[in-house]
Amino acid sequence: MEYAAPTTVDEARTLLADNPGSRVFAGATDVVPQMRSGRPEPSVLIDLKLIDRLMSVTHDNGHWTIGAAMPTSELTSNGEFTSVFPGISEGAGWIGSDQIQNRSSLGGNLCNGSPAADSVPAMIASEARAVIAGTDGERTIPVADVVTGPGQLSLADGEFVVEFEIDDPPANTGDAYIRMTPRTEMDIAIVGAAVRVTMNGDTCTDARVVLGAVAPTAVRVPDAEAALIGSSLDEAALAEVTAAASAAANPINDKRGTIEYRVQVAGVLAKRAAVLAAERARA
Amino acid sequence: MEVSMSVNGDTQTSDVEPRTLLVHHIRDTLGLTGTNIGCDTSSCGACTIHVNGESVKSCTMLAVQADGTEITTIEGLAGDDGELHPMQAAFMECHGLQCGYCTPGMVMAASSLVAENPEGLDETAVRQGLEGNLCRCTGYHNIVKAVLAVGDTA
Repeated sequence: MEYAAPTTVDEARTLLADNPGSRVFAGATDVVPQMRSGRPEPSVLIDLKLIDRLMSVTHDNGHWTIGAAMPTSELTSNGEFTSVFPGISEGAGWIGSDQIQNRSSLGGNLCNGSPAADSVPAMIASEARAVIAGTDGERTIPVADVVTGPGQLSLADGEFVVEFEIDDPPANTGDAYIRMTPRTEMDIAIVGAAVRVTMNGDTCTDARVVLGAVAPTAVRVPDAEAALIGSSLDEAALAEVTAAASAAANPINDKRGTIEYRVQVAGVLAKRAAVLAAERARA
Repeated sequence: MEVSMSVNGDTQTSDVEPRTLLVHHIRDTLGLTGTNIGCDTSSCGACTIHVNGESVKSCTMLAVQADGTEITTIEGLAGDDGELHPMQAAFMECHGLQCGYCTPGMVMAASSLVAENPEGLDETAVRQGLEGNLCRCTGYHNIVKAVLAVGDTA
């Protein structure tokens, strides 16, 4: 195995195209343990952390641009970003311990392809876009379209995520991400729920509800969104959200949780995230 | 590949294989065996060091990724005259160790935690901040006490 540390996107693109079996990586917090546990080594490991564009966060022209390899600790400690997108920050902040946060990245969390990736549901709830570089230049697709199944991506050979774009939310918008794990810390979600709502007074005018860890990919729950829009998040609307989220959950049984448990928790967390998002939208 | 890094203030240049983990480089090539290996899978935190001042698990980094960085290991924490770092002294004072295996990683994580929170820390923040470090003796109570002893006066 070889190691390469390009300093520009073009250089990385060329390395990836010229070396079959190569792969890009950022913090290595998934890649190194995977290699150590016996997964085949790539031909060339292409380190993205020396490319400035992938390591910065900017806010202009009505949207945020977040480098795909930037440490999540830099995002969660960015006061302006966290005040606008507390839910995305919460999700990013759950990726491992402090030491991991100094290495882990949004791009890595997404492209590892885990259904339980904590930063993904809130990114989808804010309709974040992924800018993808490949042999033919760059293209931009919704984050929701990047992962197609556990460990499976829609990216073609030679493509990698450069950065994420997230539009400024409308006024009176709030988001939230809540997850359930058997342990409090350093664990993998058995259910994650992200909700983003826009409020006009007591009435919800827009809503996105996204579940993680209960299906092969993160899933939006249109029925829960429909229940929230037009409501004041009253008891009846929240009961519909709970039922819709549970109905949308299609989880697996594993050592962390059973299907029955995950289905029920998905409903509860969606409801709680909706209430928290609405509180933030009103604040 | 040739890599060069500052380790506890000394520039160290070595030829490493790309697959070499930073923790193996530190222990086997540089001979600094104070950094322990517990789990080898980024879970336990025993191998925590500082890279450019931030705490990192040295089993999640390849040695080649540390090229050009400034690294501090447990050996580099005490003063040149051997005076213990306040966190080391507090671990001793508060009996923050039993078997000692997790201690280098705990001390490195805790010193970074305190440095990053100059406004001070409470018990919840300390427990949360050390979530990535496991103590196999389960001696967390005195570890938290030691960190608070330093964190409160920071």
